[in-house]
Amino acid sequence: MQVNETAKEQFRPVIVAFCCNWCSYAGADLAGSSRLNYPADVKIIRVPCSCRVNPLFILRAFERGADGVILCGCHPGDCHYSTGNYYTRRRMTLLFSMLDYMGIERERTRVEWVSAAEGAKFAATMNDFISTVAKLGENRKLRDLRCKK
Amino acid sequence: MSTVKEKNMIDEILRMSGSDPKRCMKCGKCSATCPAFAEMEYHPHQFASMIDQGKIQPLLTSEAIYKCLSCFACMERCPRDVKPAKLIEAVRLCVIREQSRNHMTPDDIPCLLDEDLPQQAIVSVFRKYSK
Amino acid sequence: MQKIGVFVCWCGSNIAATVDVKAVAEAAKQQPNVVYATDYQYMCSESGQTLIIDAIKEYGLTGVVICSCSPRMHETTFRKAVQKAGLNPYMLEIANIREQCSWIHKDIKEGTEKAIILMTAAVAKVQLNKPLIAGESAVTKRCLVIGGGIAGIQTALDVADAGFEVDIVEKKPTIGGKMAQLDKTFPTLDCAACILTPKMVDAAAHDKITLYTYSEVEAVKGFVGNFTVTIRKKARYVKENLCTGCGICTEKCPMKKQPNEFNMGLDKRGAIYIPFAQAVPKVPVIDPDACIKLKTGKCGICSKFCQVQAIDYTQKDELIEKKYGAIVVATGFNLIKLDKFGELSYGLCPDVVTSLEYERLMNAAGPTKGHLLRPSDGKEPKTIVFVQCVGSRGNSCKEKSYCSKVCCMYTAKHAMLTKDHYPDTDIYVFYIDVRTPGKNFDEFYRRAVEQYGVNYIKGQVGKVYEENGKVMVQGSDLLSNEQVLIPADMVVLATAIEPDESARKLGTMLTASMDTNDFFTEAHAKLRPVESPTAGIFLSGMAQGPKDIPETVSQAGAAAAKVIGLLAKDKLLGNPCVAHSDEMLCNGCSTCANVCPYGAIEYQNKEFRIPGGVETRRIAVVNEAVCQGCGACTVTCPSGAMDLKGFTNRQIMAEVDAICK
Repeated sequence: MQVNETAKEQFRPVIVAFCCNWCSYAGADLAGSSRLNYPADVKIIRVPCSCRVNPLFILRAFERGADGVILCGCHPGDCHYSTGNYYTRRRMTLLFSMLDYMGIERERTRVEWVSAAEGAKFAATMNDFISTVAKLGENRKLRDLRCKK
Repeated sequence: MSTVKEKNMIDEILRMSGSDPKRCMKCGKCSATCPAFAEMEYHPHQFASMIDQGKIQPLLTSEAIYKCLSCFACMERCPRDVKPAKLIEAVRLCVIREQSRNHMTPDDIPCLLDEDLPQQAIVSVFRKYSK
Repeated sequence: MQKIGVFVCWCGSNIAATVDVKAVAEAAKQQPNVVYATDYQYMCSESGQTLIIDAIKEYGLTGVVICSCSPRMHETTFRKAVQKAGLNPYMLEIANIREQCSWIHKDIKEGTEKAIILMTAAVAKVQLNKPLIAGESAVTKRCLVIGGGIAGIQTALDVADAGFEVDIVEKKPTIGGKMAQLDKTFPTLDCAACILTPKMVDAAAHDKITLYTYSEVEAVKGFVGNFTVTIRKKARYVKENLCTGCGICTEKCPMKKQPNEFNMGLDKRGAIYIPFAQAVPKVPVIDPDACIKLKTGKCGICSKFCQVQAIDYTQKDELIEKKYGAIVVATGFNLIKLDKFGELSYGLCPDVVTSLEYERLMNAAGPTKGHLLRPSDGKEPKTIVFVQCVGSRGNSCKEKSYCSKVCCMYTAKHAMLTKDHYPDTDIYVFYIDVRTPGKNFDEFYRRAVEQYGVNYIKGQVGKVYEENGKVMVQGSDLLSNEQVLIPADMVVLATAIEPDESARKLGTMLTASMDTNDFFTEAHAKLRPVESPTAGIFLSGMAQGPKDIPETVSQAGAAAAKVIGLLAKDKLLGNPCVAHSDEMLCNGCSTCANVCPYGAIEYQNKEFRIPGGVETRRIAVVNEAVCQGCGACTVTCPSGAMDLKGFTNRQIMAEVDAICK
């Protein structure tokens, strides 16, 4: 039991976060300027709007060894481009259920609304998401066989 | 400074009450609203502040913990969600558990009842002693 | 082949304390196509920028990666620097190793590892960057100010004085806003009307300012420099051009039962009314919910008495469409509703009033002509209790989490003015903290305590109830550890303020971001306090957060300066990161046009040469001046023809690959 615990602690998931430029990326910046901690496992990619995230990007991330992918956008109704996050919500609902069907657990994917004022929410979301993914362990379902050694 | 035992007790009080006295902004609305204020040696706002500062010894020995009506007016009106009534209840439970008097037999009840006792007080007594 | 330079900033110790910047620079040198990498203490400083420019020239760099603070902070600074060196400004990528790395991690090893990965991702992206050239668009040299309170009026006057046209849209029948309702203003005790009404008249008389009162913004389209706004001018049922403002109609109206909004419902007005004597424009308005003529067709008394035939019962709402270059939001505030504060008996006991109602009761033009009489029996109150922080600084759902900022000062003002007029009044103020940061503010409050003998009690009120014609106030006196019970004649609640309810709807229309309390957020809390993150939208007054009149006026002036800066330009450089359709891949299916929120995609029939002839195909073409670059179309495109410049599919994939390696 003790051994398992340590093994779990040592596992550092690779997490890709897509953040929209106007709300979530600013929220992430605010988390930083408020000095709120979250694990270094998450790396943020800036996109103009959450609706810029092509499902292919997420598939690609899993293919290349990501253990979790999180998408952050403005709250519904607050999208800088009026309606972008509504597209995201619908697209991701479909994509995530497909990924689930393929064996990539629902918990590895998430869409979260974080406004520019919600630095604390951003940090809390990341902490929660990382610990959820860490518990699931390494993602082994979707791998690019060409990368296999 | 509080001893280790007191620290443990404070942790237990915070756990039981689910309250965070650090949220208190010292407005005193709890004590302003308290119907048992005159009866209590320490008042609801003092519970929040003394528990926060680790000074629980006076609270443990005070009669105030039994004078609280558990009417929850302080909890209802607290702007910062500090839940003073829950803190007082938790202190009381700590004392009772220490004394291993955590229950009352049904035979004890009739002699304690009297005509003028409001229904609400009886319900409160059940809350106090049934835990 | 690209030649890339990587510049790692220390940001003093902000980055260098948790990220080994030398190691990041070393790691950068191992990346493909990186020909130069270095670190420096402050990249954004003059000498830091020179370092970048020199390196670009010396090594012939084609792409630059800067590992520093957030691109939201200094992207523009570095783009300009890169441009100075003769490189296209969009050949730059920033790896955010401060806000998203050094500030959130404490362990140097962890921070350095992450910084290296972020740097790698930026290097991978910049390999695929292409020079982009921003398009230009013309600026409509007219400004719209939404809200005609002191904030809106001041901004409008300042912009108009600089020679630009300004329109004010105000939803009430008159401009003036909340300040017109105030009696005196702290800390100098000038009469609010005496300093505000001249400004209202100036605004109306200014040849560059157009007032749209009793009007609301219905729709907003477009972008910075080119907004198209639809304004609904509600039917007033009075012809503004004919009315002389004599007011005879308001006197003759038989329906004098409507609560008078201007006096906070403390007295009644007619169905046709002028909000107050100094209203601008001084033109009455008919309340269609109260007017007998409009409801039943009978009456018409006002029109009979009107000597200039200005009454027009057939008037309809009018929609006006106008173009603007800049929009200023000055929607102001309201007091919160107190229905969830049952313990304070507001609404149950007429002698418990809000501060704004008290303001009207003190005002010489108010319902009691300035004679302080309590609402229940019209007697002079002898004991008045003021309760601070009602609904402010809480964390439950009925309270606001913020401090409303003006209450401490106006309560001291109320107390002093009351004592001035009625020296034998006993005044008690229940406070949690007295907050007086402002020029001459604390002195003002101390005067209330020391000279006027106002009793300040540290503690909050728990219960207010009526008993034998008195308002009993039960509160804490924390300093003497007592519970006090004061039989008062009147209780005044320093009610929390909240943004006007129109703000949320407007925020959505303008796509301007708001905080959780519905206050508009500024582009930068310190450095861009009067601009919204949405270009071309500016903030003035309480719409952005609680503030007093001096602050509102200075912010209004600052917003005006920003508007003038924008309108003074003839052309604006657009955002070159817009969508682009590859005509060889596009099959003209229209899916992209359906998702575009700006209508930026049009279709053309174009001839293509194919082996053995010419083929005409329908293809999508993006209007670069209209496209805002959200990228919705790029994902929806089934043939993969649509891509977003600056954030292309390949660029983002490269970042994903670099992170997941």
